[in-house]
Amino acid sequence: MTRRLLDLLDTKEMVVVCGSGGTGKTTVAAALGVQAATRLGGRVLVLTVDPARRLADALGLAGALGNTPVRVDVPGAELWMAMLDTKAGWDELIRRHAPDPALRERVLANPLYRNITGRFVNSHDYIAMEQLHELHASGQYDLVIIDTPPSRNALDLLDAPGRMREFFGSALLKWLTVPYRSRLFNVATKPFNQIADRILGSRFLQDIAEFFVLFRTMEAGFVQRATEVERLLVDDRTTFVVVSTLDPAPAREARFLAEELRRRSMPLGAMVLNRTLPAEVRRPVAARAAVALRALDPGVVGEVAATAAVRPAAAAHVIDEVARRFGEVQSVATREAERRRELEVLAPLVAEAPLLAGDVHDLAGLRALGRRLTGGREAGGSR
Amino acid sequence: MILDRRLLFVTGKGGVGKTTVAAAVADLAAASGRRTLLVEMDAKGAVAAAFDAPALGFGPTEVQPNLFAMAMNTEDSLREYLKVVARIPLVGRIGPLARTFDFVADAAPGVKEILAIGKVCYEVRERHYDLVVVDAEASGHIVAQIDAPRAIRELVQVGMVRDQTEWMLAILGDPAVTGLVAVTTAEEMPVVETLELVGKVRSGTDVDVAALVANRVPARWFGEADDAVLDALLAQPVQQRLADAVGVKAAGGVTSVFRAADMARTRRGMAEAHLARLLDGLAAPVPLTVVPEVHARAGGRRVVSLVADVLREEWL
Ligand SMILES: Nc1ncnc2c1ncn2[C@@H]1O[C@H](COP(=O)(O)OP(=O)(O)OP(=O)(O)O)[C@@H](O)[C@H]1O
Ligand SMILES: Nc1ncnc2c1ncn2[C@@H]1O[C@H](COP(=O)(O)OP(=O)(O)OP(=O)(O)O)[C@@H](O)[C@H]1O
Ligand SMILES: [Mg+2]
Ligand SMILES: [Mg+2]
Repeated sequence: MTRRLLDLLDTKEMVVVCGSGGTGKTTVAAALGVQAATRLGGRVLVLTVDPARRLADALGLAGALGNTPVRVDVPGAELWMAMLDTKAGWDELIRRHAPDPALRERVLANPLYRNITGRFVNSHDYIAMEQLHELHASGQYDLVIIDTPPSRNALDLLDAPGRMREFFGSALLKWLTVPYRSRLFNVATKPFNQIADRILGSRFLQDIAEFFVLFRTMEAGFVQRATEVERLLVDDRTTFVVVSTLDPAPAREARFLAEELRRRSMPLGAMVLNRTLPAEVRRPVAARAAVALRALDPGVVGEVAATAAVRPAAAAHVIDEVARRFGEVQSVATREAERRRELEVLAPLVAEAPLLAGDVHDLAGLRALGRRLTGGREAGGSR
Repeated sequence: MILDRRLLFVTGKGGVGKTTVAAAVADLAAASGRRTLLVEMDAKGAVAAAFDAPALGFGPTEVQPNLFAMAMNTEDSLREYLKVVARIPLVGRIGPLARTFDFVADAAPGVKEILAIGKVCYEVRERHYDLVVVDAEASGHIVAQIDAPRAIRELVQVGMVRDQTEWMLAILGDPAVTGLVAVTTAEEMPVVETLELVGKVRSGTDVDVAALVANRVPARWFGEADDAVLDALLAQPVQQRLADAVGVKAAGGVTSVFRAADMARTRRGMAEAHLARLLDGLAAPVPLTVVPEVHARAGGRRVVSLVADVLREEWL
């Protein structure tokens, strides 16, 4: 089964890694990147959102990460990394779509521009999808893996291009950019006008209007681009990987996400169950051992203590505590097993990685995690 | 005492346990006789799940005695605002308007945030409750959220919304009234983010950082003296001896049981190191409450009340 996650990476060109906050999206995206680059070959790019500083440092990327990809030093592999920079992403969009240099400068210099693009709902999500499109379209990479922002709501990400397109085509934008006076006399929008004016003040609306007048000159480009980005999400070459832990809340979100992907015809390629308990604690023989350890004969404990060269009372105490606490671990394992059964059926492919002893903060850690997810050793195979 | 404040924002990195801690704080407050409102900002349904309750709406539901819960919704908040403050009843008419409004809110920075935060502050001002607990946005969004009144005041020169920002700022900026509870786990990334968050809240807003909660901290299984005993028991000949002693049907599982203990110990050690870094990294001290990983077969209410039990010890 595990080999198949590698097959998925081999047959797709864009992988969108998503899931609930803190489940390990960033780490899994990077780990899959390392696996693909070392075991499948080709040029692989991982676009991350917020890599831990220590991870970035360990990969030799400290301070260098931005929208421009940086090569990671992995022997025998072509692995690149970039970090999402929303502000630079917006500036880039404006540069691309502005009809002339003068207008471009006016937009970039507009005081509302920073504020609006920075706070624009879904702005982060949209730029992430936009960068995915950009990097894939550049043709420089065989595989682009994108980590996704910790959204308030995973759907924001999937809907970002659609909302952007809708926004530019919306009646509201047209209305906002119609000169203020003629707006007041428009019967259709009059009730809205009055309310908006009372609430926000006409001056503010005018400021916004001014800004959007500039913005509208770029409408065609933006709409077309957003449509392309939107199409990318249902493209055959794209696949989604949902990362979840086996805690109830992230699992609930993963189920929801899987369902919504299906509804939108966006292909869910794999479910990654991360930070789970190691499989050995689920073995029935381990449960039997825990029970038997609590019922050991004092004489036997004495012999064990002698072998270990510790006091019998201390040995008895530690053995009992280890065995008793194992019951707690098992109750979590039982809970996890239920979640696993619920999630397993949602994706054609399931990969699992246990909670590793330490944080995953360097290349060795990423390799270890990646191996758990894809199985096997890092040898052979070429794209 | 922290529960004597009237507004608490509970925030932190994604997945660390914001909803669980917010629910536990509300549970504790309600149990101590405070009429409490718990507001779920992201409306993901997690608060309802935490109380094994049916889906929440904008209108509060009493999920247990003294404890009311609601899910934030900017459209309903706008409707209420228009009715109560602007005296524009919009019954029925808001449908098509709401969609349009959605776009304005997207375009006009801070409008959605001000409606959400406005509703929360309104409940505090009207004293409908003794305490309002907000299951707030994750660390990445929280500053924009609580800073919305100020941002709006800077952007909007006149209008009703601007007039409303003054009293909100007064509520948010008073440490006797409002506090922020930052939840983290004892892991690298969450600790780093928490330190950044505390810095940003302190430098970028007037909201007081009232408490830190380190959640899901792995328990310490034994004292230091026992560590050496565990090491001795983990040695191969001893493991073999134990395997022989438990009988053939259980022999193969002994090492798994001991490895689980060893892993728990490693995780505990790392957690302690991360907590030390957290406390070290704070420019000014904030009280820290450590909540252990609790072991409940089911999630939901059971986890919430176990966490509330831990908070009770330190917060009451
Ligand atoms: N299998 C694992 N074992 C141990 N630690 C892990 C594992 N997977 C991830 N981690 C650690 O968990 C933390 C959170 O991971 P990560 O930052 O990748 O999550 P995320 O989903 O990207 O979070 P966010 O939603 O905030 O962006 C990191 O410190 C990472 O090192
Ligand atoms: N102390 C604890 N012991 C055991 N499990 C816990 C503890 N605290 C929280 N959990 C579990 O962890 C999961 C995540 O918790 P919760 O939903 O509260 O996090 P959150 O920060 O609100 O997440 P999100 O960012 O997705 O809103 C839940 O399944 C919850 O039951
Ligand atoms: Mg991340
Ligand atoms: Mg939550």
